[in-house]
Amino acid sequence: MNQHSLVSISDLSEEKILHLLEQARYFEEHPNHKILDGKVVGTLFFEPSTRTRLSFETAVNRLGGRIIGFADANTTSSSKGETLKDTIKMVSNYVDLIIMRHHLEGAARYATEVTETPVINAGDGANQHPSQTMLDLYSIYKTQGRLDNLDITLVGDLKYGRTVHSLLMAMKYFKPRFRFVACEELQMPREYKKFCDQHGIQYTESTDFSEDIINSSDIIYMTRVQRERFTDRNEYERVKDLYTLRNSMLSNSRPNLKILHPLPRVNEINPDVDDNPKAYYFQQAQNGLYMREALICDALQINPKG
Amino acid sequence: MPANKQLAVAALENGTVIDHIPADALFKCVKILGVENLSKQLTIGNNLHSRKLGTKGIIKIADVSFPEETINRVALVAPTAVINTIRDFAVVDKRPVQLPRQIVGIVRCSNPKCITNNEPMRTRFNVIDFDTRTIQCHYCGVKTNGAKADIIYLPLPLRYEAIVETGHNDLSPAGRAGQLR
Repeated sequence: MNQHSLVSISDLSEEKILHLLEQARYFEEHPNHKILDGKVVGTLFFEPSTRTRLSFETAVNRLGGRIIGFADANTTSSSKGETLKDTIKMVSNYVDLIIMRHHLEGAARYATEVTETPVINAGDGANQHPSQTMLDLYSIYKTQGRLDNLDITLVGDLKYGRTVHSLLMAMKYFKPRFRFVACEELQMPREYKKFCDQHGIQYTESTDFSEDIINSSDIIYMTRVQRERFTDRNEYERVKDLYTLRNSMLSNSRPNLKILHPLPRVNEINPDVDDNPKAYYFQQAQNGLYMREALICDALQINPKG
Repeated sequence: MPANKQLAVAALENGTVIDHIPADALFKCVKILGVENLSKQLTIGNNLHSRKLGTKGIIKIADVSFPEETINRVALVAPTAVINTIRDFAVVDKRPVQLPRQIVGIVRCSNPKCITNNEPMRTRFNVIDFDTRTIQCHYCGVKTNGAKADIIYLPLPLRYEAIVETGHNDLSPAGRAGQLR
């Protein structure tokens, strides 16, 4: 196992998170620093994911590395029944770093156990997606100038939303005050509230996306309420628009407020918010490039500052 | 003690007795230890009277001692179990089982989308709450209560390998020939 692999956000210490944020800031200033000359990166996407794959591959290309890999497992030997272990061991012979996405949960952790090549988890089922969490942290850090003592409101699907759970766990070092806004069916699971209690994190819960909550937030993190999560169609119809953010709702919000969303969005953010300077979700996706450049260099133990 | 009680389970000259197993956990313990694969004399009793538990199960295995790490795994389903080591019909060691921090290779993850249910590999669980016996999959993170854990029936060679790796008692087919006379 290579100790520089990144499988879960919970593998990262506070120092490591802060170091990666600084590295991402460096890459934002020097996005085309060619420091991966001679390095080959394998992008193994057993499950298709256009957004994450393009972001990682752009990062490798901008750093001057080469890429091999696949975007769809149907074109590989896994469709012939090859085990994940064998695929990883085979690819390890060729590359300096593996970036993988897999539909099975725990696949990335297992991959790290069968190879000495570093592995970055680009999402394993509903389990972990640490580069998303790191780019969320970078977006918060960049727009607020700090990570500590912020009022962060999480809205939408808090029950199944992987990104909000990982963000919550990563923020444990930074004394946030969370507000959980969701309908009864999609409330924050008890285990994450217990996590907050154990780490002294303040939180309140509300089913109402009220003006008071919006006006006292530094960050509003919106997530998509997915129809397939509901057994009762009428219930979905009732709640789907309860948590739609409109530009008019932001008129008395804090000047430093930023709206984040992991994308893709459907109707939880009205397009009239897009032109508000507080809308930050497109820049957030761009920050993903810089953070992934930082994660790639860290996994390869390459210091861009020499 | 009335004579008929003593006769319920035969006395053992040498070997291991696992006593005070909750009656509903007995067959899970049998599965965890893989004792059905041993060629030694084996006595399994269930629904026996117990002052502590009401009813209990018991497993007696002649001429075998288990590594501590192996036998402690039964604590997952039978936290009240007591291990007695017998020499010349006398109990020479008696101790309660202790749940290990990590459970390898004997519990199936309840998450069908977990990698362990889709690759030929061993499962691995970390005990995250010793009081409630809550275990968490090392790979997918799904939590299960130990009492409800789905115990894997492993094919013989892998199970022996699992026992050997945790201790000194060589129960591999080769080791068995020499040791378990």
